Amino acid sequence: MNDMRLTERAVDNNGTKIRAKGVQVYYGDTHAIKNVDVDIADKTVTAFIGPSGCGKSTFLRCINRMNDTISVARVEGDILIDGEDIYDKRVDPVQLRAKVGMVFQKPNPFPKSIYDNVAYGPRIHGLAKDKADLDGIVESALRRAALWDEVKDRLTAPGTGLSGGQQQRLCIARAVATSPEVLLMDEPCSALDPIATDQVENLIHELRANYSVVIVTHSMSQASRVSQKTAYFHLGEMVEYGDTGDIFTNPKDERTENYITGRIG
Amino acid sequence: MTDATAETPRRGSGMGSLMASDDHTAKRNAREKRFRMYGLVAVCTGILMLVLLLTSILTAGLSAFRQTTIEISVTLDADRLDPEGNRDPADMGKVTTFGYAPLLRDGLIGTIEGAGIETDLGARDVADLISDESVAQLRSFVLANPDVVGQTIPVEVLASGRIDGFFKGRVTYETAELDKNISPAQLRLAEDLKAADLLRTGFNWRFITAPDASTTRPEAAGLGVAILGSLYMMLVVLCLALPIGVAASIYLEEFAPQNRITDLIEVNISNLAAVPSIVFGILGLAIFINFAGLPQSAPIVGGLVLTLMTLPTIIIATRASLKSVPPSIRDAALGIGASKMQSVFHHVLPLAMPGILTGTIIGLAQALGETAPLLLIGMVAFVREYPEAPWDGGLFDPATALPVQVYNFTQRSDPAFVERASGAIIVLLVFLLIMNLTAIFLRRRFERRW
Repeated sequence: MNDMRLTERAVDNNGTKIRAKGVQVYYGDTHAIKNVDVDIADKTVTAFIGPSGCGKSTFLRCINRMNDTISVARVEGDILIDGEDIYDKRVDPVQLRAKVGMVFQKPNPFPKSIYDNVAYGPRIHGLAKDKADLDGIVESALRRAALWDEVKDRLTAPGTGLSGGQQQRLCIARAVATSPEVLLMDEPCSALDPIATDQVENLIHELRANYSVVIVTHSMSQASRVSQKTAYFHLGEMVEYGDTGDIFTNPKDERTENYITGRIG
Repeated sequence: MTDATAETPRRGSGMGSLMASDDHTAKRNAREKRFRMYGLVAVCTGILMLVLLLTSILTAGLSAFRQTTIEISVTLDADRLDPEGNRDPADMGKVTTFGYAPLLRDGLIGTIEGAGIETDLGARDVADLISDESVAQLRSFVLANPDVVGQTIPVEVLASGRIDGFFKGRVTYETAELDKNISPAQLRLAEDLKAADLLRTGFNWRFITAPDASTTRPEAAGLGVAILGSLYMMLVVLCLALPIGVAASIYLEEFAPQNRITDLIEVNISNLAAVPSIVFGILGLAIFINFAGLPQSAPIVGGLVLTLMTLPTIIIATRASLKSVPPSIRDAALGIGASKMQSVFHHVLPLAMPGILTGTIIGLAQALGETAPLLLIGMVAFVREYPEAPWDGGLFDPATALPVQVYNFTQRSDPAFVERASGAIIVLLVFLLIMNLTAIFLRRRFERRW
């Protein structure tokens, strides 16, 4: 299984989806992200790793402008998706977030039915023409999230009644339902048990075919399992960025090496 | 560091057997036990006070819900009641209650004789058995039904306050000796009437539906206008305070930037909640009546004043329940591209709803029991006319309110009003109970346990 992924990784050679140039983030007086440059490829899983508080989640939340909701946060520099600056005045963050979906650390389904959880995004964006169309979107989203077979008989049951792993896959289905191009995942498995983690990881692997996935993770083994590219963050700086295989076998920076060999973090 | 070394003597509980508690543990347990006792005593004191309060109100007030009436056959003399002879209520209205009083008196004497009861009381003393209010009641009944003129009809009239009090244990033969309003002979006659089943005690609907009556007619005093006035005010408060309060809270909690101005507003809202209610009364008098020219004693003014008073309560409760909605729900909504407003109205507000409703109803309940500001805007007036329906401008008609009516009753000298005041308090408490039960019901109904 692992070998197969390695061979796939070798043939990866996709165009740039997200390009960050000189990104700085300030929380009030705190300089949280220092001058990050990174090109994130399309149809690739990119992992951000690093010790707690290194800024990897902060940077992730810049990509769909979720930092806008924090009044003291200030973002400088450029982030381009398909060549368009998402911090341009003309960009509506609400529209951006339909294009850049996000899955959070703790599964956070709405206290509504499974169906309504997935249908919410398509509804507010007016993606479905009629009920049958919406049903189709919900089914395909749940299928992509590998949840359809488990919930197809109880779509009206509350989403919060599912197990932790199912809830997280429901959140992924909800994010996928609005047909995003980029999927951001902020430690999506940290609240899950190993079996659920395995299911979500398999899912991430499949999602790569259609989306550019960026995943923040504490677990280096997870990064090595699911990602093709890895960026190592340290104290707000992006220290190293490259093919996952290279980062883990042959880190160029001493700080990266210390982290992945377990000396810090 | 030294604790770990073997040479240091070991202290504390590690020494003895686990079966016997050492000094320290015993002390700690005793302290805990004492604290529990204090708590229990406090709770019991509270319950005792509540029981005392309820007992005193119920014993004094429950009798207000029973009323003594006397059944009399009255001959409605056509010559006296309808001198024109045309049965036109407009012309018949010229006959005042003085025209009706002798008919009622003669009817009562006739009824007494008819039942074979002997009494040596004069006509005047016999007539004192029935309430002065009965004459007015008979007059309005005849004016409403002109056809009964000329017939002899049975009417159920109110017994006077003293006679009513006699059958409720408030008046006795001993007190009657000293009372110039009633004599033992009258009480004996009343007992005879009761034995003849002409005098009865039944449930007092009039207490709930009738308007207030003058100080000399406690038996006729009711809460109709006060209940209507209170309901109208609650309507105004609900229609104004709920939307304004919820809108203000949502804006402050979800949309407003965090800066000095919003901090200042926040502090002021908290302070407003602590402003004595009479201050709001003065405000209402100055602004709504003197400046805006709204009528005195009107439920609209009372409602506006109580709205001002209730707003801080609703805002504070709403903000607290908005705050308690986990931020992950907001993130989830924003993360799939919902706008701020969609995330609030689709997800946050429904989750905050039980808290908002509870806060609102508690605010309303507070407003329902509020007296002081209403005194200042003239709702303490003596009002006998029911206000019109709200859609017919009834909000601008004079009315009183339940707590003010309680205050009003207690101001009057006749001891029968003690019973009326306590009865009004029971009605007020029943309304509060209903509101609180509604709050609990709505909470249960809207609460999402998943």
